This record gives sequence, C-alpha cells and structure tokens, in this order.
Amino acid sequence: MSQSLEITNLNVNIGDKRIIKDFNLTIPKGEVHAIMGPNGTGKSTLAKALAGHPDYEITSGEVLMDGESILDLEVDERSRAGLFLAFQYPMEIPGVTIANFIRAAKNARLPDGEDLNAPAYYKELYEKMDALKIDRKFTSRSVNEGFSGGEKKRCEILQMAMLEPKYAVLDETDSGLDIDALKIVSEGVNALRGGNLGALVITHYQRLLNYIIPDQVHVMYDGRIVKSGDKSLAEELERKGYDWIKEITETAA
Amino acid sequence: METETGLANPIEQAFQNHIDGLDTAPAWWTEFKRQSFEVYANMPMPTRRDEHWRFSDRSRLETIEGFSFDDSHSATISHKYSEWSNIASSETAALTFVDDQLAEASPLPEDFLQAGVIWLPLAEAIQSHGDLLKDYFMKQAADLGSEKFAQLHAAFVKSGALLYIPKGVEIENPFAVFNWSSLSNGTIFPHTLVIAEENSKASLVEFHGSIGENPALSCGVTHLFAGVGSKIDYTLVQNFNEQTLGFQINSNVAGRDSQIDMHSVILGCQQYRSETHGQVKGARAHVDMRSMALTEANQEIDQRTLQTHAAPNATSNLLFKNALMGESKTIFSGLIKVDDKAQQTDAYQTNRNLLLNRTAEANSLPGLEIEANDVKCSHGATTSEIDEEEIFYMLARGIPKPVAQELVVYGFFEEVLDRIVDDTLAESARQMIRSKFHH
Ligand SMILES: Nc1ncnc2c1ncn2[C@@H]1O[C@H](COP(=O)(O)OP(=O)(O)OP(=O)(O)O)[C@@H](O)[C@H]1O
Ligand SMILES: [Mg+2]
Repeated sequence: MSQSLEITNLNVNIGDKRIIKDFNLTIPKGEVHAIMGPNGTGKSTLAKALAGHPDYEITSGEVLMDGESILDLEVDERSRAGLFLAFQYPMEIPGVTIANFIRAAKNARLPDGEDLNAPAYYKELYEKMDALKIDRKFTSRSVNEGFSGGEKKRCEILQMAMLEPKYAVLDETDSGLDIDALKIVSEGVNALRGGNLGALVITHYQRLLNYIIPDQVHVMYDGRIVKSGDKSLAEELERKGYDWIKEITETAA
Repeated sequence: METETGLANPIEQAFQNHIDGLDTAPAWWTEFKRQSFEVYANMPMPTRRDEHWRFSDRSRLETIEGFSFDDSHSATISHKYSEWSNIASSETAALTFVDDQLAEASPLPEDFLQAGVIWLPLAEAIQSHGDLLKDYFMKQAADLGSEKFAQLHAAFVKSGALLYIPKGVEIENPFAVFNWSSLSNGTIFPHTLVIAEENSKASLVEFHGSIGENPALSCGVTHLFAGVGSKIDYTLVQNFNEQTLGFQINSNVAGRDSQIDMHSVILGCQQYRSETHGQVKGARAHVDMRSMALTEANQEIDQRTLQTHAAPNATSNLLFKNALMGESKTIFSGLIKVDDKAQQTDAYQTNRNLLLNRTAEANSLPGLEIEANDVKCSHGATTSEIDEEEIFYMLARGIPKPVAQELVVYGFFEEVLDRIVDDTLAESARQMIRSKFHH
C-alpha cells in the first residue's frame, strides 16, 4: 500500500465546463508540494473537488489516499479519513464558537457514544492557539465572523493542527497574511510536517516557499500541471511570469 | 345537578365552581372575575376576516371549551417536576405551580423582605395586597387579537407570581417561576406581574412545561411595569408538550429612563399564540424584545408584536428568530407605532426565519406607523434556507450533516440565548433545543 495522496487522470466539470483536465499528481506522505498558477486556472477547483464539493463533478479519474479511493466517500467521511482542506475563502458561521466548532469536528472522530474529555481538549486547543499566536479570547468568538483576512487563515491552520490530517490542501493560506503571520503559519505547517503529513500548498507567492520549503513545485495552467521542478522553479516563475508558461505550454501542444 | 337546574355548558358550570371555591377572596376580586367571564362569553371568536388572525389556524380555538376548566376537585400534585428542579440556578426565590396549584415556594431572603420586596403567589397577594393588585392587575389591554383569551384568563386565573420591587432596591439574581401542566385536558392560567419602582432593578425567569404527554390548554399573561430609571429583565422558556394549546399575552410598560429586556424561548405546544406589546411611555426608555422558536412536525407558532412609542428619545429593539423543521408553521406579525410626541425615537424590528425543510412555512407581516418626523425606524424580515456553503465547510471538517445543521441552528439562536441572565436556564434551554433534534 503506497503512503501517498495519488491523483490520476482526474477530470472535473463545473456545470458543462471542464475545468480540471487529465490531472496527475502524487504527494508521498511526509512531502510538501506546491502548486502555482494563474488566476482561474483551476487550483481551488482541484482543492474543492478533492474535498468532495457537490458542485464539482468528477467525470473521470481516481484519487487514492494511502491506496484507498476516496471518491465514493461523502465530504465528512473524506475529512474523517484524514483529508484536510484549508479554504481560500473560509466561511463564517454565526453564533458557533471556534471552541464548539472544533470540538464537534473532534467528537465526530470518536466512536459512537464517546465524548471528548473537555479539560484535555481545552488544554490542547490553548496550546495550539498559543503556538499560532491566536489570542485565547478567540475560542468564544463565532467561527470566522468579523475576522480579518489573516485571522481567518490562522484559524484554518489551527483547525488543521487540531484535526491532525494525513493530507492537507492549503488553498492560498498565505494570501492576506502579514510577514509575521506568514512566519507563524509556516511554522505551524512545518511543525506538522515530517512523517505524518503530506501537504499540497497552493500559492501565488514564491515568498511562502522560503518558509515552507517544498519538496516539489508544480505549475498549473488551464486545468493541468504543465511543469514540475524543485524550489528553484518557483523562483524562475517569479522572474519570468506566466507568459513563459503559456509559451512552453503552447510549443509543447 | 346540571340537568335539573338547566345550567348550560360545562365551562359555565366550571366557572361557577371556581367562584364558589373563592369564598375567602375579597368581593372586588370575584366581581372582577364575573365581569371577565361575562365579557369572555359574549365575545365572538376571532374570524377569518380579523387581520390579527391572518394566517392562523383558528380551528382549535373553536374547541377550547372542550378542555376541562373545572378546578373544584383539586387533584393531588404531581411531583414529577422535581426531576427538572435544576433547570435554573441562581434564583433569589422561586415559586413552582403544578396545574395551577402551588407546589413549592422557596422563601424570599430576609433582607429583601425587610427592604419591602413583595414576592407572593397570586392567591396570597389577593388577600394581603389587594390595593396594589387593583392598580396593576390586568390593566393592560390585549390589543393584538386575543382579548377574548385575556378575559378567559382573568376569569379563571388563580395562581401566578407577584413581584414588587420598591424604590431603589436592586436585586442581582433572578426570581424564578415554574408553571407545569399535567392533567389530561387540563387548563392552566399562569400569571406573572412585575412592578419595579423608581431606580430599582430585578430579573425574573419563567418556565412553562408539561409533566407527561397529556394535551392541555395554557392561557398565560405576563405584565411588566418598569418605573422611572428601573430595570427589568424577564425570560420565558416555553417547553410544553406538543399536544398543548397555548396562549401567552405579554405586555410591558417602560417609564422614563427605564430599561426592559424581554426574552422568549419557544419550543413546545401544538399551537402557540403569543402576543407582546412593548410600550414606551417615558422619555429615554429602552425596550429590548427577543424571541427564538424552534418548530417541528405540525407545530404552529403564531407571534404578534407591537412596539408603541409615546415619549421621545427612547429606543425599542425587537428581534424574533424562528427555525422551522418538518411541516411546521410560524407567523410573525409586528408593528411599530410612533406617535407625534415621540421625536428622536429609535425603533427596530427584525424577524429572521431559517427553513430547515422546504415544506415548512414561515409567514412574516412587518409594519410601521409613524407620526413623528424625526425618528429612526426600520423593520426587516428574511426567510432563508441554511447556506449550503456553510454546511460544506463544516462537512469538510468531518462534522456529519445532521450535526452541522444543528450547529447552524444553535448559532442562529445564540443572539437570543446569550441574553438570558440565568446561565443554567440558558444551558437548559440549549439542552431542550438539542433534545428536539434527537427524539
Ligand atoms: N461555482 C462555480 N461556478 C462557475 N464557475 C466556476 C465556479 N467555481 C469556479 N469556476 C470557474 O472555474 C475556473 C477555475 O476557478 P478556480 O477558482 O479553481 O481558479 P483558481 O486557480 O483557484 O484561481 P485563483 O488563483 O484566482 O484562486 C474559473 O474560470 C472560475 O470562474
Ligand atoms: Mg483559488
């Protein structure tokens, strides 16, 4: 059984429009891969399709998590199986506190009838909030309601840290973060890195990759990966811009 | 015997027995009841053409005299309510009624007694504080459609709570009233009267519930009077069984510089009609009225509100939220009236309905009538389904769909629940909401 998140020949439609096209990518456990690509190229579509969003129709292809297909699993089952998506645009849930929200997510992972040990839960929550420099007062605030852009992103990483997924897709978690927050969030991701987590980091900025050093960088264009390389690819992309990618894609075609 | 004397219907007989049972009550009280019963009997039932009953199911109104009004052979008190005795915590003093009989009374602390606070079951207050009651008892008109039921209440009421807070006395912890119904086809008439004198402060929490699953009629009245500079905080949690027919007629009067907060948590009854009139009578008063209702199956929760401003520089703020499951139905009808003397009024009215099932029905009739020219008033009503993207976000965290929906509903109601002064009661209300999702 391969320890990886393996996406093969994936095709995703939104309505009648084909967005993800014969997409292939394997992220071995323990590695961090980055995806860069122009606006509208399908990065978030890929992320949401992996999570199982009902508007994103997988017309063909396969997604295996540690050798098991996740495509027949419901959204919540995929999450409990160990897949995590940090949203590009996290939703606000009025009246539901962060503490209760994460608690419900953790409770859902326990066997039927078992309940979370509250003191242990809060201890863990506070530790992880402290590490991410999130004020403890946030536990009693409604999820994402009235949060600044950066606070929302930090809260996504807090959720990831609390849920300890096997694979995580971080969709532009760096956008909206100031330099300090970027460092903190990167540390948060790096702390989970290593043997237990495989991550796909979607970003527009090479800067993030100075903090979360990727094992591989992929450039996505028009629904598929058109170039892969190491960290230096991100630097090259930053220098040459997406016109360069457009060129090599068109000459290749 | 009924047949021999030709005494007409059971409710008249029951009323006669009720009056006969009041042999020690002052004459004004029995006279007042007789008049009320007569007005009740002669008043027609609301009709389809009555604007105050638009959208309401009136079919059960016609059957109310099928309930048993006879209290002449008082049943033994069911003490099953004691399982629920920890429903609220921080009470200053509590009164518990079962089928309109006093079941338990915790004493008023001595220092409050010394300070002149009056906290009595109604039956006792009639004997000892008749003059006070003459001034305040049922002195607010039921002008939102239920006058007939207010008269019925006045005719049969015998239990309830009187809370009088003298000038300058402030009491932090809430008073509590519990009204239980247990008899099959029984009737209860909960009455709560709060009078807060100048610069006083008090809070009261009230709970209405059923012992068992017997159908019953509850016809309650709550009147709050906030004197100059005083503060009253009142919460009613209604969790009758879903066979019960309920009427609840609320009215509050806010004097100059006073503040009234009134919260309702509505969960029970097959059909529940609630009317709330918030009256700003003094300048710079503030009235806040919040309600949440969670409905299921074929429940109907029918709420009519009126905010009247008769004095300047005051505010009133109303927020009524309903979440509907099953085939249930809610009606919200609200009116803000600002008369020409009430300049610089801020009055808001909001009704939000969350449909958890497409076949549920939320009706909304917001309205404004403004005669002053320098006011800020708004009213808004929205009805929506749960946002699918919100649900997706929660599912993506591994939270199963039913739990996600529940969380959204708790979140939706939190704006009302977090205002309840007694934390234990608020938590009890959350538990009652939870059990509505899990039975
Ligand atoms: N719900 C939707 N309905 C219709 N079209 C959609 C929907 N979601 C995405 N699209 C379209 O799919 C394409 C890919 O969008 P996607 O959000 O995946 O891009 P992206 O690569 O994440 O871009 P960005 O860098 O701006 O976040 C775009 O053309 C977008 O307009
Ligand atoms: Mg995107």
